[in-house]
Parts: sequence; structure tokens; C-alpha cells
Amino acid sequence: MTSITPPAATRPPIAQTGPLAWARKNLFSDWFNSILTVVVASVLLWSGWGLVTWIFSKAQWPVVENNLGFMMTGLYPQAQYWRMWIIMGLIVTLSGLSWGILGRNQQYLFGRSVLIGIGAIAAAVILFPLTRPHSPILFGMVALTVATAWVGQQAGKRLPALSNWLAAGWFLVYIASIWLIGGGLGILAPVRTENWGGLVLTLLMAVTGIALCFPFGIALAIGRRSELPIVQSLSVAYIELVRGVPLITILVMGQVMIPLFLPEGVRPDRILRAIIALTIFSSAYLAENVRAGLQSVPRGQSEASVSLGLNKPLTLILIVLPQALKTAIPAIVGQFISLFQDTTLLAPLGLLELLGMANTALSNPNYLGRYAEAYAFIGVLYWFFCYAMALGSRKLEQQLNTTH
Amino acid sequence: MRKWSFLLSAAALIALPLASCAEPASNGSGGATEGTSGSTGPATSRLQTVINRGELVCGVEGNIPGFSFVDDSGNYSGLDVDTCRAVAAALFDDPEKVVFRNLDSTERFTALVGGEVDMLARNTTWTLSRDTSVGLEFAPTTFYDGQGMLVREASGITDLEGFEGRSVCVETGTTTELNLTDQMRDLGVDFEPVVFQDANAAYAAYSEGRCEGMTSDKSQLVARRSTLPNPEEHVLLEVTMSKEPLGPVTINNDSAWFDTVKWVTFAMIEAEELGITQANLEERLADENPGVRRFLGLEGDLGSDMGLSNDFTQRIIRHVGNYGEVFERNLGQDSIFGLERGQNALWSDGGLLYSPPFR
Repeated sequence: MTSITPPAATRPPIAQTGPLAWARKNLFSDWFNSILTVVVASVLLWSGWGLVTWIFSKAQWPVVENNLGFMMTGLYPQAQYWRMWIIMGLIVTLSGLSWGILGRNQQYLFGRSVLIGIGAIAAAVILFPLTRPHSPILFGMVALTVATAWVGQQAGKRLPALSNWLAAGWFLVYIASIWLIGGGLGILAPVRTENWGGLVLTLLMAVTGIALCFPFGIALAIGRRSELPIVQSLSVAYIELVRGVPLITILVMGQVMIPLFLPEGVRPDRILRAIIALTIFSSAYLAENVRAGLQSVPRGQSEASVSLGLNKPLTLILIVLPQALKTAIPAIVGQFISLFQDTTLLAPLGLLELLGMANTALSNPNYLGRYAEAYAFIGVLYWFFCYAMALGSRKLEQQLNTTH
Repeated sequence: MRKWSFLLSAAALIALPLASCAEPASNGSGGATEGTSGSTGPATSRLQTVINRGELVCGVEGNIPGFSFVDDSGNYSGLDVDTCRAVAAALFDDPEKVVFRNLDSTERFTALVGGEVDMLARNTTWTLSRDTSVGLEFAPTTFYDGQGMLVREASGITDLEGFEGRSVCVETGTTTELNLTDQMRDLGVDFEPVVFQDANAAYAAYSEGRCEGMTSDKSQLVARRSTLPNPEEHVLLEVTMSKEPLGPVTINNDSAWFDTVKWVTFAMIEAEELGITQANLEERLADENPGVRRFLGLEGDLGSDMGLSNDFTQRIIRHVGNYGEVFERNLGQDSIFGLERGQNALWSDGGLLYSPPFR
């Protein structure tokens, strides 16, 4: 029988807030949790310690340091590297502007966590040995992002219509980037596509593939739900045919087999063939993602829209599709992330994208056997871009979230 | 309507595997007829195509240390690469007029037959079936190799019989894989092959201990051993499982192009035999020896009769060097591998390299 009267001792009560209390409550609430905490913490510490010692004492990073230029741009002529910086500058500028314009209604564009993030990136750019040779430029890029974001917010407050032009801006930057990479038009020295490579090629293929497969995927999804028998059966046939074939088959077909069917001298560019193959494959999967979204829109929506006097295309474009795409965002972005990673399948087929370039650098006798370092480095790069996409999709979902 | 679309897609799905079954057969014959039509008129020879294009497209492995890889300054480098550069030098007097294309072991012949590349210099072993039914032509061997087996000294394996119940890492799609199974079947040894598409992955797996043995060409094993964490713990077994003559490859039935590649390769060997190097080329141009003068194109029409420039041998030596220089630079004493010439010495030094006379 426990007494309900408080004990006579006058000790202060045990703290209910603060890190100690939190740990007591969440980590050591009973003996089983305590054991679990100790075991998991020691495993984490042990593997983390192993990783840290490997990074700082065992790993030999020259393979990444000396090949950084190749991994970023492939066999791009080094005298033309300035073009890559310009492209990066363009992308950074437009990213900053987009950020500012889209966030024009936020009271503080640079909240505490954002400021910490910017500070961390700036510090990393200056302190990280890998980026130190380029730290002035990279620091400038960070500063440019902040500046353009501020400019974008101010401009966006005055001219809210600017946000409608962002897509056009990105399209222009894309065209300009292709021109800067490839040269031509009599202004820049041409750089042939054999010399495109590294991260630039990976991003180029992924971005182009994503941009192309999106409209095709939507069209196929709508086609599959169409009531016109030919359109419907063709869409179904396309989707099921492509989904029934592994991606590597389509890629090998494009890279190796297609030239067998074409006459001598007709050789579409390899990168173009790779992008087409990726698009063919991804649009079939994307179509199914979009179709799932379309099916999630209640019938009542289109019936209501028809009863308001909208015709079928307008109902689709204004009522059904926006809701369907919103629902399908996580699946669509998942598809984009996998397309980005699928570009690595082109490495064994001889395209020197990020993984292919790393493999080639690894066969330089000076760096033989340094797989772990090179693969760890490109792994971090892939993670960075995939995580950025995931983060972007989450923001987009929050922004478009109209349910209450 | 639903039934109708179902029937259509079902028909398409049935047609797909049928179409893919029919493909390989039509490829083989398609490649052969393409080659035949190439030989009917000199205008369609690959040689003319290459000259008109102004550059050579050369298929290389791209990931083999010492044979083809990208060096620190972003240039392709290695023995195979130098063979390509020699052909480009002979044709265009410029070893840079060559585009390298990385090919893996399974797609290399398709790429060559399909015309994606003009020639292969990609560690390709000369075999009867490749020379005949696959429809290839093998230029003179640029590297005589043999298949060996790398094991850990601590494993106690001293011969192939020791692999009973153990595993061997091997790259798939290669003669290496076939030789391994042949040898083991012959010896009645029950072993487990662990196959990889990619050489880097195979060596990494061996290094992590996923297999007891690693088999490949001996030159590769020696080169790769130096990159393993503790090179001294690994030994090459005293067995040579096969002959592996590696050399450049062109498509069948295109004599003009094949002759070009063949005699460019011979020119590098002959230059070494005559003692002409990159360094002494200019003084040897004043040589009175008729054989040397003929070789260097100062007398006769050896080059122009082939459809090349008469001084094509000079160009090769000036830009790339003779065979001995190429070997030492990429695999021999000037490289980290330090391979002995061995079978790859000239015939006059007890090796197997022999060029027919330039006459």
C-alpha cells in the first residue's frame, strides 16, 4: 500500500526538462530500453569511429583530388572549364531568384535553419580540402545565391506575375547550358559530345530525360484512360511493352544494336540515343504513376465540372489533372530519382558519365585499387542530388497542400 | 472494347520474344553481308571512310591499367591506345585524330560489326571462332599473354587441383572464363566460378576474399597484384592455362582496311628490329642501308601502293615510337608494372615478335 502523502524529505523534484530528463524518458525508461540504447549506441559509435578513422587516416584521397575535374566534366578540354563555371553561375542565379520569388510572402526568407545551412556550406567550401582550390569561386556562388534570393523576394513582392515566368527562365538556362557545353554558333569553340562526361553528363541526361518523360508520361496516362479504342490500346501496348523489358535491354538496344539497322554513316549521337532510351523507359512508368493519380480523383469532380459547362479537355486540364498530379507527386519524384540513378547503367556501355569516369580514373596505374575512396565520393554526390530532389518534392507538396 | 485491346497487347507481347529470338541470327548474317559488300568496291572500304571522316574511331577497354586508361592529364594512355594512335598517325600524321570508345567485353564485337568503331584494340584474344564465324580479322599480335591464377599464399593452394570445392573470380564473356571451365573439367575439379561483368568488380571481390582464386591474363594479374592491399601475400600459380595472343581487330572482308591496320602494327615491330626510335629517326633518314630507306619510304612506293602516304612508317615512329618503346613506356621498365619482355621480345632476342619483310 503506497502512501498518497508526499514524503517528508525536502529534496528538489527531479528535473522534468532538459537533455538529462529527455534521455531518461526516451532512452532509459526501463531496463530493456536501457540495454537497447547501450547496444545501439555502441554499435553506432563503433562504426562511426571506424568511418572517421578510415576517412582521415586510412583512405588516400588523391584519386578524387587529382581526378576531380574529370569526375565533374569528363574529358572536357581543361581550357574550356570556365564555361562550366558560367553554367553553374547561371543555375545558381536562377535558383536564388526562384527561391526568392516563390518565397516572397515569407516574413523571413533567411530563417535560423537556413542561415545555419548557408553558413555551413560557406565554411565547407573554404575549409574542405577538395574544394579549396576553387573556394573563391564557390564562395562567390554561395554569396550569389543569397543575393539573388533577396533580389528575387523584393522583385517578387512588387511583380507577383514574375513567378509565371520562372519556367521560361529555366528553359532558357537549359538551352544556354547546352550551348555553353557544346559550343557552336560560330562564337564558342565546339566541344564534341565524346568529350562530354562526368557529373555534367549525368545531370544533363537526367534533366533532359525527366523533362521529356513528364509530358509523354502524362499523355500516355490520359491515353490509357481514353475512351477511343485505338488511342487506348496503343497506350496500353506501349506501357506494357516497355514495362516488360529491363532498362538495360533498351539501353543496349540504343547504344549497340541500333547502328546495326542503320545505313553506313548514319550514326545518331550516343548521348542522344541514351536520353531517348531513358525517356522511352521512364515515360511508361511515369504514365502508371500519373494514372494512379487520375484514378484517385473522385468522379464527382469531373461530373461537377461538366455540369458547370466545361468541355472534356478543359475538365481534364483545369480540374482533374492538377488534383491528380498533386496526389502523384511522391511517386513521380520517386520515378525521377530512379531515372537519375539509372543513368549509371550507361557506364558499362562506355558512356563516361559520373560512374564511368570514376571507373576510368580507377584504372590509372597511380590510383589502382582505390575503389572505396572513388565510389564513396561519387556515392555522396548521387545522394546529394537525390536528396535535393526529395527535399524539393516535399516543399512542393507542402506548398500545394490544400487539404485542411 | 476492353477485349479488343487485351487481344492487341497480348499479340504484341507474344511478338516481342519472337522478334528477339530472330534477332541474333539475322545479325550474324547481316554483319557478314555488310562486310562482303564492303569488299566489292574500294570506295566502300573502311579505309576510305576513315580518311574521309578525318579521324579514327577506336574501340578500347578503357579500364585496363597499362593497356587503356585515362591518365592524370585526361588523355587516353596504354599499349592498346598507342596501337590506335599509331594507325591515326599513319593515316593523318597526327596521333590525336582518334576518338576512343570504351567497350565492355560483351558488346565489343557488335560495336565493330555495327560500324560503331573502325577497329578494336581491346585486349582481344585471337581465336579460330572469332576469326571465322564471328567475322573478324586479327592484325598481328601486339601482346602475347597467357592465362594465370592468382591466389593467396596463405591459402595453401599450389595447383589447379587445389580448387576442389573452392571458388574462382573471373570476368564473364571472355576466353578466360571458357578456358577456366575447360581446364577444370579436364582435371575433374569441381569448383565454383564467380563471374563478373566488370574487371574492377572481379578484382575487388577477390581482394575482399569472396573467392580463393582470381584468374585472368598473367599481365593483368601482375599489374593488379601491385594494387592489392598486401601484394606480397598473393602469388601466381605456376600454371599457364592458355595462350592469349592479344592484338588489334578489324571487320572481315575489308582487305584494304585490314592491311592498313596489319602493316601499321608490323611497322612498329620492324622499326624496333631496324633500331629506329623516336630519338634517332631524323639521323636514320640519312641512312644508306636500302632496307632502312625502303622501310622509311625514302625509296619505293610501299606506302602509296597501300593507299597511304609513303612516309607512314616515319609518322608512326615520330609520333608513337617503335614497339619496344611503346612496351617499355606502358608495361615495361618505365612503368610501375616493370614487366619483362619475355615472349614479347623480338624473334631475334628469343621472343615471338616477327615482322615479314617490308619490300
